[in-house]
Amino acid sequence: MSILVWIDHFGGKVQSASWETLGKARSLADATDGRVAVAVMGTDVRDIAEQAIAYGADVVYLYDDPVYEHFRLEPYAAAVKDATTSENPALLLFPATTRGRDVSALVACQMDLGLAPDAQEVSFQDGKVLAERPVYSGNLIAKVVVETTPAVVSLRPRTAPMPEADTSRQGEIVEKGAVIGEDAITTQVLNFEEKAVGEVSLTDARIIVSGGRGVKGPEGFEPLRELAQLLGAAIGASRAAVDAGWISYDHQVGQTGKTVRPDLYIACGISGAIQHQAGMRESKIIVAINKDPDAPIFQIADYGIVDDLFKIVPALTEELRKRLD
Amino acid sequence: MKFTVLLKQTPDTAELPKITPEQALAGNQGVTKVVNPWDEYAVEEGIRLKERFGGETVAMSMGPDEVDEALKSALAMGCDRAVRLWDESFEGSDVWGTALVLAKGVEKDGGADVILTGKMSVDGNSGAVAHGVACKLGVSLLTQVAKIVDISDGMITVERLLDEGRETVRAPLPAVVSVVKEINEPRYPTFIRIRKASRAKIPVLTAADLGLSPDQVGAAAAKVKWTELVKPPAKKREVVIIEGETPEEKARKLLDYLMNVEKVI
Amino acid sequence: MKHYWFTEEHEMLRRVVREFSEQEIRPKIRELDAKEEFDRSILDKMGEMGFLGVCIPVRYGGAGMDYLALGIVSEMLEWGDTAFRETISVHVALNSLAIFQWGTEEQKEKWLIPQARGEKIACYALTEPNAGSDVRGIQTRAVRQGDVYILNGEKMWITLADVADHFLVFAKTDPEAGHRGISAFLVERGAPGLKTGTIHGKLGARASNTGWIVFEDTPVPAENMLGEEGEGFKIAMSALDNGRYTVAAGAVGVIRASLEESVAYAKQRTAFGQPIANFQLVQQKIALMQQRLDVATQLVYHAGWLKNQGIRNTRETSVAKWYATEAAFASANDAIQIHGAYGYSNEYNVERYLRNAKGAVIYEGTSEIHTLLQAQYALGYRKDKPLRRELPAYDPEEWTREA
Repeated sequence: MSILVWIDHFGGKVQSASWETLGKARSLADATDGRVAVAVMGTDVRDIAEQAIAYGADVVYLYDDPVYEHFRLEPYAAAVKDATTSENPALLLFPATTRGRDVSALVACQMDLGLAPDAQEVSFQDGKVLAERPVYSGNLIAKVVVETTPAVVSLRPRTAPMPEADTSRQGEIVEKGAVIGEDAITTQVLNFEEKAVGEVSLTDARIIVSGGRGVKGPEGFEPLRELAQLLGAAIGASRAAVDAGWISYDHQVGQTGKTVRPDLYIACGISGAIQHQAGMRESKIIVAINKDPDAPIFQIADYGIVDDLFKIVPALTEELRKRLD
Repeated sequence: MKFTVLLKQTPDTAELPKITPEQALAGNQGVTKVVNPWDEYAVEEGIRLKERFGGETVAMSMGPDEVDEALKSALAMGCDRAVRLWDESFEGSDVWGTALVLAKGVEKDGGADVILTGKMSVDGNSGAVAHGVACKLGVSLLTQVAKIVDISDGMITVERLLDEGRETVRAPLPAVVSVVKEINEPRYPTFIRIRKASRAKIPVLTAADLGLSPDQVGAAAAKVKWTELVKPPAKKREVVIIEGETPEEKARKLLDYLMNVEKVI
Repeated sequence: MKHYWFTEEHEMLRRVVREFSEQEIRPKIRELDAKEEFDRSILDKMGEMGFLGVCIPVRYGGAGMDYLALGIVSEMLEWGDTAFRETISVHVALNSLAIFQWGTEEQKEKWLIPQARGEKIACYALTEPNAGSDVRGIQTRAVRQGDVYILNGEKMWITLADVADHFLVFAKTDPEAGHRGISAFLVERGAPGLKTGTIHGKLGARASNTGWIVFEDTPVPAENMLGEEGEGFKIAMSALDNGRYTVAAGAVGVIRASLEESVAYAKQRTAFGQPIANFQLVQQKIALMQQRLDVATQLVYHAGWLKNQGIRNTRETSVAKWYATEAAFASANDAIQIHGAYGYSNEYNVERYLRNAKGAVIYEGTSEIHTLLQAQYALGYRKDKPLRRELPAYDPEEWTREA
């Protein structure tokens, strides 16, 4: 049994979700004595193929050609189909990144295969692929069985652990070129404008670092901003901080501000009155940092630190910086 | 030019957290329904394209009688016509079955230059209908579209919103375009349009009209089956108070939890 | 709540107006209310959508909907905030419908069409510093001089005074003739000697524009008289039948909002280890709000149905306005009690509902006036006589005819 994993990268920089997906495939293959194949497309991306071996691939189909310079669905889908023909896998596994979801859906439809997009769990049972995927915007979980072989599944980022790279691992690299030529591709990329690094908006943010009365003044938000920047997080605030004029209204979370549902909400110096809770209680993980052990925020938090935010927040930033380097 | 908007009727987003698995499996019974919020942007863009390039904008949806309400909302916003695709044999279609029905609907309606739809539905969340329709029709596919720059000489130029930036792409017509919410601000319907839309008789195309046999669509043809639908395990919200001698130790312990246990960083 | 008298059109309209209030009014209202600011951009959007001609026939620039639609628009706007329901009350009900009912074809062309299209904003100028419920006591004078009437006087508590382009003004043409000496005039902003100003410091409806109007030797062409000379009192009173209807419908919106927010809060807020919704004294308040919502809904839309049929409804509208506005005040009060100290602060909407609701038990006939009216009807002391021009019954074909 074999699993084929597609690796998402942008200009040679691999999305970590790709390695998580590869790690997941490795553990599924190990449990069934199977093997893991990887498909990589791009120009000058042999190093990605080598990294893939270090992260657990047994074989890498390397499509290195100028036709893959930009991500375009037509050549990429053609290459994935080519790798599928070569490998004959039981499962095609993609990271559920924007590109991963696009190419997986198109390949599945073109090959008439069952698709389980954005799964948080995938497994084999009686020769079939089972997946669990959040539906109803995360309010329900659908357990699905894919009726085709191979099955096509995209795996939600951060649902599988990041594997350890082992540079001593051995694997085979199968060189492949252009599957379809430029003349067969109708989509042209005319321009690309890199995103300016700016503030993350509250409602789109995956992580929010939020400050309340405990930040004591406009300058008190500085340590929060440093942490937020490192996390790619947005800055939130309680009404107390906004009314005090320490930060603008568009940062306000709560009854009279925005309602947010991030994966992680870090409440710093926020007591957690009911009207603040109304705007953030649906967050996946809530961390409360507050000097007052009786603050209501601890009643809805998952993790709490009873301490001065001006000591804890910089320590978090420092520790995180170490880990991210 | 002809612009066809594919839309889905979904639960109101405010209702999503309250829906039980039983309700969901019974076709979102007893739930306030609206035009899928993502598709509203597609409807708006369809109307704007007509205003920019001339022609006709058609709203199309697969679903039973009640879906007329969503199609009427699209008419009230400014679509010229609506078409509903329904047959009992469509019940239980997976994403490819749905895409096949919609593709046949577009063909039966005389084709379209641009076929618009939202990025995904707030209930099914597959985000693959656009891919399916483009594949079944054998036309261009443009996803994550945040701006339609131009349509001329049989080509469409769009800006796509990627994680890393904005990409400008050109592809030949016809094209399926799935839009993101940055593309526009949907308009409110006017009262005159509400009055007219509420009285509209929306034609229905059946499996026979679309030339589809029961083995091509519905639960029978589904390549993915939902075996179970459950509520995510309820969150306990038992607070773990992190102790430590120094702020650094507390920070380390917290990050261990967030990165290794909860995996939210 | 489904009602046998609501059609699919009404349901769609209700959804759209609710969404409009939710997205355009509610996010801004706390600030507008605090600053006593009337947001013209909201009015402009209402005009584009057709709010300002909701129940006016298409050929007069309206949307061609019926009088129930007028009620629905009032209800769901006031669910957002009283300010924008008040706009509908004066622009559509008190002014435009009066022109529709009493105006000549020429007047409808000149005044009604731009109003229904939202190009011109209209208001209703009856109340004076010293004459509210006592309409006979108005002191504004209109003296005929050839082809014009010369107006002198002062109007007070006029909604949209500082915003309106068109004014429906009531003035004495014969001071000796009591209520038969009152006539109605259509006046344009820009008329010589016409000045307006805004009144600040109101308890509620602070995002609404309320003001004063002064006429100093303001000439008004005789052709701008609405109805006949001396018919002003009847016009004023018949307009109030429509204005009160929108006030009553708006009050239903306040009750609805009070109930919805109380339910949400009571389920979320815990005390003594459980949601306060479990406590029977909280439940009693919720039950009363539901009862008031149902009763007020029935009374209001029954009056709307009578209007659609072309049946005189002065008594039914009066009882709906009296009951619904009192019920709205009581519901907002209960909602604050449920919200506790938070309800007393502007963190939540309910304190604004209470302040807003108080105005409506005063204007367009105080509760005391309506109490007396109902007694007089019951005792047989008051009967409505047919008017020279009645409010036209809703005729879908006629209303929706294009051009």
